[in-house]
Amino acid sequence: MTTSTMDVELAVPEAYWTRARKTGAVMIVLGLLATILFGALASSENARFALGENVSGAGFDIPGTAGAILFGLVALAAGAALLVTGKHFGVLTGVALMGFIISALCWQMSVSPVSHIMPLGFIAAATFTAAIPLIFGSLGGVLCERSGVVNVAIEGQLLTGAFFGALFGTLTGSFWLGLLAAAIGGALLSAILAVFAIKYLVDQVVVGIVLNVFAGGLTAFFYEQVMRPDTDAYNFPGKVPSWPIPGLVDIPIIGPALFNGNIFSYGSLIAVAVITIALFRTRWGLRTRAVGEHPAAADTVGIRVLGLRYANVLIAGLVAGFGGAYFSMLSTTGFSKYMVSGAGFIALAAMIFGRWHPVGAFFASLFFGFFGALTGFLTSISSPIPSQFLSMLPYVATIFAVAGLVGRVRAPAADGKPYVKG
Amino acid sequence: MNVLYGLLQPDSGEILVDGAPVRIKGPGDAIKVGIGMVHQHFMLVPVFSVAENIMLGAEPAHGGFIDHGKAVKLVREVSQRYGLPLNPDAIIEDLPIGIQQRVEIVKALTRDVDLLILDEPTAVLTPQETDELLEVMRGLKAAGKSIVFITHKLREVKAVADRITVIRRGRTVGTAEPTAPESELAELMVGRSVVLEVPKEAAVPGEPVLEIAGLVVADDREHRAVDGVDLVVRAGEVLGIAGVQGNGQTELVESIMGLRPARAGSVHLSGKPITTWHTREVLRAGVGYVPEDRSVDGLVKEFSVAENLVLDLYDLPPFGGRFALDLDAIEAQAEQKIAEFDVRTQSPHQPVGALSGGNQQKVIVAREMSTPLKLLIASQPTRGVDVGSIEFIHSRIVAERDRGAAVLVVSSELDEVVALADRVAVMYRGRVLAVVSPDTPRETLGLLMAGIDPSSSSHTPGTPASGEQDTQGEGMSEHGEAAS
Amino acid sequence: MTSHEPIEAEPGATAASPDKGPAQPTPGVDQYHVDPSLPAAGVEERHDQAERQPKHRAPAPEEGKRSFGRTFREELWANNNFTVTLLAIVLALICGGVLMVIGNAEVRDQWQYLLYQPGKTIGDTWAFVSTAYTDMFKGAVVNPDTVNRWYWNMTTWQQVFYPISETLTNAAPLIFTGLAVAVPFRAGLFNIGGQGQAIMGAIGGGTVGLALSLPAIVQVPLGVLAGALLGGLWGYLVGILKARTGAHEVILTIMLNNIAFLFLGWFILQQGIKDPARSDAISKPIQESGRLPQLIPDPLLRANLAIVLAVLAAAGVAWLLKRGRFGFELRAVGHNPHAAATAGIKVGTTVALTMALAGALAGLGGTSVALGTAPALTVDMLGQIGFNGILVALLGRVRPWGVVGAGLLFGALQAGGNAMQTFSGVSVELVGVIQALIVLFVAAPALVKAIYRLRRSPAAAAQAGLAKG
Repeated sequence: MTTSTMDVELAVPEAYWTRARKTGAVMIVLGLLATILFGALASSENARFALGENVSGAGFDIPGTAGAILFGLVALAAGAALLVTGKHFGVLTGVALMGFIISALCWQMSVSPVSHIMPLGFIAAATFTAAIPLIFGSLGGVLCERSGVVNVAIEGQLLTGAFFGALFGTLTGSFWLGLLAAAIGGALLSAILAVFAIKYLVDQVVVGIVLNVFAGGLTAFFYEQVMRPDTDAYNFPGKVPSWPIPGLVDIPIIGPALFNGNIFSYGSLIAVAVITIALFRTRWGLRTRAVGEHPAAADTVGIRVLGLRYANVLIAGLVAGFGGAYFSMLSTTGFSKYMVSGAGFIALAAMIFGRWHPVGAFFASLFFGFFGALTGFLTSISSPIPSQFLSMLPYVATIFAVAGLVGRVRAPAADGKPYVKG
Repeated sequence: MNVLYGLLQPDSGEILVDGAPVRIKGPGDAIKVGIGMVHQHFMLVPVFSVAENIMLGAEPAHGGFIDHGKAVKLVREVSQRYGLPLNPDAIIEDLPIGIQQRVEIVKALTRDVDLLILDEPTAVLTPQETDELLEVMRGLKAAGKSIVFITHKLREVKAVADRITVIRRGRTVGTAEPTAPESELAELMVGRSVVLEVPKEAAVPGEPVLEIAGLVVADDREHRAVDGVDLVVRAGEVLGIAGVQGNGQTELVESIMGLRPARAGSVHLSGKPITTWHTREVLRAGVGYVPEDRSVDGLVKEFSVAENLVLDLYDLPPFGGRFALDLDAIEAQAEQKIAEFDVRTQSPHQPVGALSGGNQQKVIVAREMSTPLKLLIASQPTRGVDVGSIEFIHSRIVAERDRGAAVLVVSSELDEVVALADRVAVMYRGRVLAVVSPDTPRETLGLLMAGIDPSSSSHTPGTPASGEQDTQGEGMSEHGEAAS
Repeated sequence: MTSHEPIEAEPGATAASPDKGPAQPTPGVDQYHVDPSLPAAGVEERHDQAERQPKHRAPAPEEGKRSFGRTFREELWANNNFTVTLLAIVLALICGGVLMVIGNAEVRDQWQYLLYQPGKTIGDTWAFVSTAYTDMFKGAVVNPDTVNRWYWNMTTWQQVFYPISETLTNAAPLIFTGLAVAVPFRAGLFNIGGQGQAIMGAIGGGTVGLALSLPAIVQVPLGVLAGALLGGLWGYLVGILKARTGAHEVILTIMLNNIAFLFLGWFILQQGIKDPARSDAISKPIQESGRLPQLIPDPLLRANLAIVLAVLAAAGVAWLLKRGRFGFELRAVGHNPHAAATAGIKVGTTVALTMALAGALAGLGGTSVALGTAPALTVDMLGQIGFNGILVALLGRVRPWGVVGAGLLFGALQAGGNAMQTFSGVSVELVGVIQALIVLFVAAPALVKAIYRLRRSPAAAAQAGLAKG
């Protein structure tokens, strides 16, 4: 083939300060901070990392000062490697961040007046538990946006799911039917989104925002009018049972997190796997992605663009609604108004942070869940680090992600654009 | 053609396929009756692989799961059968335009179409790629496919078509054999012979106003669009830049205007370096700019005529102060300019988007000429403009020159460049091949536009010997039907 | 030469693209870019626009004719905007009525006997719903009973104006946050961050209000200024990130909302801010000298300077958009960032400043709560005024005076909703549902028309028949 001049790369030498090198420099600063500051502040007490779910049992000890310095140096080294080579961005950044966090933990735990022990199994379980609604929510986002419909109504879908789950779980006396109702509730809200966004071409962000207000108001209204006056009759769904898997549940650290689960935790893993395979291995998935990237191209090969979008938005509602039941049937028993309190927006962040990929969204949810668990732990050992700032981390991380400071994320090309023939 | 492919519905009339009337409600129906189409804007998903794009809509699958191996095999098979080599796993957005088009063709062929519609396929191709495409079309014809080939370029239809249909303004105006002389086809296409003449005196060039040296500019894809251009435009002369669209003219002008950074080289205005100036500063230094795409860059369609007439002057007295606008002054200016430039509008408050193309263009020209100019840059000044407005705009451009401004006219219409310019620079692939007199024979200019410098002896084999037979964009298109 | 359009037709997309490649994203214009001319465009408006860009091959129609047709159509639409809004409100209230019935055990149970006691069922339902809405009206505008009692000297005149005062009190922050959405919308930006910006404003204004003890004439303006400044900075952060990195403002503002919320939670616990006398998370009370003065100094009538400031802000925004130099730049960037850049307007700067202005407006909204009605800073002091501001802006069709009108309506619904809850036992949460429904219906005029046409035609036909018979 011939190559025209237009296709020859412009011979501009790549700048030295690539994103990897910039990140490397930041990591070096963090490493220095950890080594010097955390090292100086830490006490000689041991920080003990217990493997199980509680503070007793097997574990290992790291002397506070030495650990803070050592892991600070790990962060420093990884940052330096990144700065020098400019390669292995993901691995080196991960190592550097891990080093930084462990260094910080060594410091905090060694000086804590309450406890020097961190039960890793508990942290892992708490991470996963906190991540579950985020996983379902972000999967709902992925399904919707991969087909080109922006979904900022995740919050509303989760809330509707939580409400329907509690109400119908109580009315029918069966948590299975409650779960089914939760999924249908999410899908109902999704249906409104679909009709307004696809049929009436209303700005999709506008619909999403309005639907969040709508779902919040509606569930709160019925909570006040129906549920609160008679909790036993309308808002007592019972808790979903847990199904430990014998043997596997005894694996240190991850055992209690993964194998002492329930319908939600196992369901979230299955959902991630199924949606990933469906999106990338099936005919439906290929067409969905085509519709989200270039609907006109899909239309010209005879794919029903709008039909596929309707289907995807509804499925997204099912998934998010199911996940919403987590709030009223697992984390607490019963619905209370506005109980989702922003998890839908963190799920949105997780979807973006996970680059619109189910597996990415899964790990982003875990990442955000980990900070949730860490916040809880540090509060429990009376850490002076304000929990609010730790809770901010998911949001800050997302801003960094969309601003391209840690690698740019790219939405599906037709995301948010209504498709009109001709 | 969009009707034939089911993207639009006919208001009346019928479509016959193999003698039987068919109703095509969507592209799916079109494919079923054996019609495939390669769109002018490719219908490919940029982030998908070649194989994924080709199988889309007709995926080989077992129980919903895609058989990727089978798809790859199919791509290999079809591309081999028709001599269109492709890498099934390459990602579309990494491929050059010519190869993307090949993917489109293979995509249609895998669907077993008998009739292939190619809508302006050569508009985006280099001459070499065009020649390859013509060869492919001959091959397809030999393989028993029918092709409808829509193009503006006479040379191409004559090279490949078996029958030619000329369409002008939605009507079939005639058919011809490919052996018919070019003049006859041109006559059919244009409807009347166009003589474009702009009455003007000989230029009296003065001091250099715009000096460009070694300018390098990248396009949106980070490719070298302007590749070391040197140009000088003097006061009191019109320098025309001729060339097939997409040879770096857009980027050159945008770079002068401060809309696109220069990667190397310099731009001077009356001796002052303006290479890194902001657009506003360039405009304030006495530069008028008529952008090539008025609806994207020239006008805010929702704004009124009056507002558009001060779009880049609103912050100057008397229109605007530090904080406020003087709406009366803006309206007065509008009344005056509307009268002076004969803008046909109901009122100055009408949204400019409601005006015809010619009147929209006059709004831009009026605005850009409302301050004293050192330099006027006019890109495609009369594209999509009616004949009356063309003459008017041309005369205003010449008047600016006679007033002593330096004028840079960029146009892909060779006739326009020749009619307006005192000197013609021909751009090809980001370089200025030559600066010649407008009296230079057409053939020579055509060769230059095709990248062949007749003064040098090097002659690339396979490069077309004649340039563009462009005819004023009069809204015609020929159908070469290559029926076997 | 690449376009086979006729001379008169717009070359538009066809002519522009070949040299730019097939799928090049245009820098600065991303997938969420809102169309500022159509705040909540429904399908019909879009079609209307599409018509204006002639695709067909016919030569353009004569100037005069076309302009007349256009003017006529616009006239029609102006009327329809109003009609649609009105119909949307009615529709939302009907839906609200249905929800009331479902939510009330007695009336709901009565419906089981619909077939046995149709008259009673319908009667009870009507009585219940109409009483609730009457209570709402009484709580929002005026209560005739109070007027009557006042006439007979049985109550004070202040009681008569109490509902209006409550409406104005509720409306003020909503007008501010509504403007904070409307202004950026005109620049093509969707500001979801009103909540966060309002929180930062409340922190700024509230801190001045509780920490200083100056003469009111100094401290109040200082507090208002601090609120605007802090909110403005929070908005500017979005603008500058968007301008520099192209990050999408919807995502940025959502994230910054949550950050601001968490920051407020931390801030009110800090020494010097937290009320040492209390164990819960609440700041020291706002000083009397820092409070926005009430319009009428009476303990019952809460309406304060905020509503005046809000209307002034709307007037300022209206002036800016019509006559302001920055307003011209803002609107140009909103409609066509490419043309704006070509005309020498600094698009990035305009975006950043627009967001700063929006942030300042939202910040004023937060301040007006902090220094107006809230006794002290708490985490939930602002409720959802930022998000409700989005609804207000959309209902007001992103025009300043429209926002004032929508803000007053929402304020009235809120005030009336409180009264409804007290007197009819219908939860005030219903107001949120009604508000969301109004905006949803307004956003899709085609839907509203479809519903009314469906409802009207058969009914009208039946009535006509009856009349004749």
